Amino acid sequence: MSSESFVILLTIFVLAGFVGYYVIWKVTPALHSPLMAVTNAISSVIVVGAIIALLKAESAWIEAVAFVAILIASINIFGGFIVTNRMLAMFKKKEKKL
Amino acid sequence: MISSWFLFFYLVSGVCFILALKGLSSPLTAAKGNVFGIAGMAIAIVTTLLIPEGSVFLRYAFVLLAIMGGGLIGAKIARDIPMTALPQLVAGFHSLVGMAAVLVAITSLIEPQIFGIGVVGGINTSSLFEMAFGAVIGAITFSGSLIAFGKLQGLITGKPLRFTLQHKLNATLAALILALICFFVIFESYTAFFIFVILAFALGFLLILPIGGADMPVVISMLNSYSGFAAVGIGFTLGNTLLIITGALVGVSGAILSYIMCKAMNRSIFNVILGGVNIGGADASKDKKDDDKAVKIGSPEDAAFIMENAEKVIIVPGYGMAVAGAQHALFDMANALKAKGVEVKYAIHPVAGRMPGHMNVLLAEANIPYEDVFELDAINGEFATADVAYVIGANDVTNPLAKTDEKSPIFGMPILEVGKAKTVFFVKRSMATGYSGVENPLFFADNTIMLFGDAKKVTEEIVKDMENS
Repeated sequence: MSSESFVILLTIFVLAGFVGYYVIWKVTPALHSPLMAVTNAISSVIVVGAIIALLKAESAWIEAVAFVAILIASINIFGGFIVTNRMLAMFKKKEKKL
Repeated sequence: MISSWFLFFYLVSGVCFILALKGLSSPLTAAKGNVFGIAGMAIAIVTTLLIPEGSVFLRYAFVLLAIMGGGLIGAKIARDIPMTALPQLVAGFHSLVGMAAVLVAITSLIEPQIFGIGVVGGINTSSLFEMAFGAVIGAITFSGSLIAFGKLQGLITGKPLRFTLQHKLNATLAALILALICFFVIFESYTAFFIFVILAFALGFLLILPIGGADMPVVISMLNSYSGFAAVGIGFTLGNTLLIITGALVGVSGAILSYIMCKAMNRSIFNVILGGVNIGGADASKDKKDDDKAVKIGSPEDAAFIMENAEKVIIVPGYGMAVAGAQHALFDMANALKAKGVEVKYAIHPVAGRMPGHMNVLLAEANIPYEDVFELDAINGEFATADVAYVIGANDVTNPLAKTDEKSPIFGMPILEVGKAKTVFFVKRSMATGYSGVENPLFFADNTIMLFGDAKKVTEEIVKDMENS
């Protein structure tokens, strides 16, 4: 990778960090658990790396490694979003009742 | 190199993730936010599936099989998990992110041509460094989260485990890992890579093992942060903008939560990671326990009578309440009180549960309206005007020693000032101390009445008495 593209990626990283900083401080403390569950789910976007690896792997064992990576990341993606949904539904329920 | 078309969709996906987090600023918008999150993930996966050209159909079948297999397992776990076990679940999930990062790093090392970062034996230096970073953070996240899972699940003792030379051993391990990374970056040595990954696994175990159960909210938040930074490392390795954006969001989120939790316990993050609680101080305060002090013991009938005739009752739930499963009884009690015209509020300390916001979820699960639930800063001024503080399954977070006793291990921790209420009820199984091992002088205060027994049973009896009166 050229040093130029590294700096571009670094720029993206730093700016995303700032966006995160301001967005996260706005999250209401009551929803810190769903925040953690949903960040967990989205950090599993690492699955995209594993998908590319599995699609383009040359050796069988790298295929296997990529397969396992997709599998465990998917546990996280589905599990994370579903458990977040479960929690948020609890907070939503009352608003209808009242 | 990924064409700009795909980068555009990665950007859309990244924006969706930001909107998902933004939705969490209010319970009203949160569910919609989650839809954005799911959409972002779907966009990311579909876009990625379209990137490689000339892949055989079978490979796509494998990918779908892995996604569906993992999805089924994840869905099953997430549906069945009781909300009290939420922290374990999150810790378990963090470990999976860590492991996935390690595995992706391995694929990029063995077959660098997949990601266009060079050829075997000639991988770009910066890519080597980045994959080493991603793999090490991923490995620490994996093993550290496993230990956190074990502690929360009760498989490993929640007591801080300490051994001599612990810090020196950790420092040596860290130095060794750094040295091996340098060697790896220069020579692209597989051996070096696998050794430092194994050492990073060991370091993760050793870092989290000594940390006590009371510090778990910090640990989980910290591992949350690590899992994000592991994704960042992999993002840099693969030149994947979406991974970098998402990893940065998650990393920062975990770091902020760690900061909030540390502040709620008046601990520095280094103190949590390096030291654990000050055991010596806790022992000292146990020693000077004198038994002549008397506590007032009340019955559920007394409590029912006093609360019925109050104008304002503040309920202070702690993790003990959740363990006893008393949320629903609490909800019934609050309703019975409200029916008699009593104002009922809930006060939540940031570390009331085992992870940030845990107690809010447990109360929400029992249908307790979130409008009645207040955070420490919002409610602390109200105890002085409250007739009753009903402390159930909480202890350390109300301990006034945190304000007065400089030697106390909990000194400086912000507390819920329940002692200012006219009457304080402590529902507790026994006189035992909390996590910190510090005795709570409030138990002996003139306006305190102890209600000994199981949190759920005591509350249910109070409800019964209120209904009978």
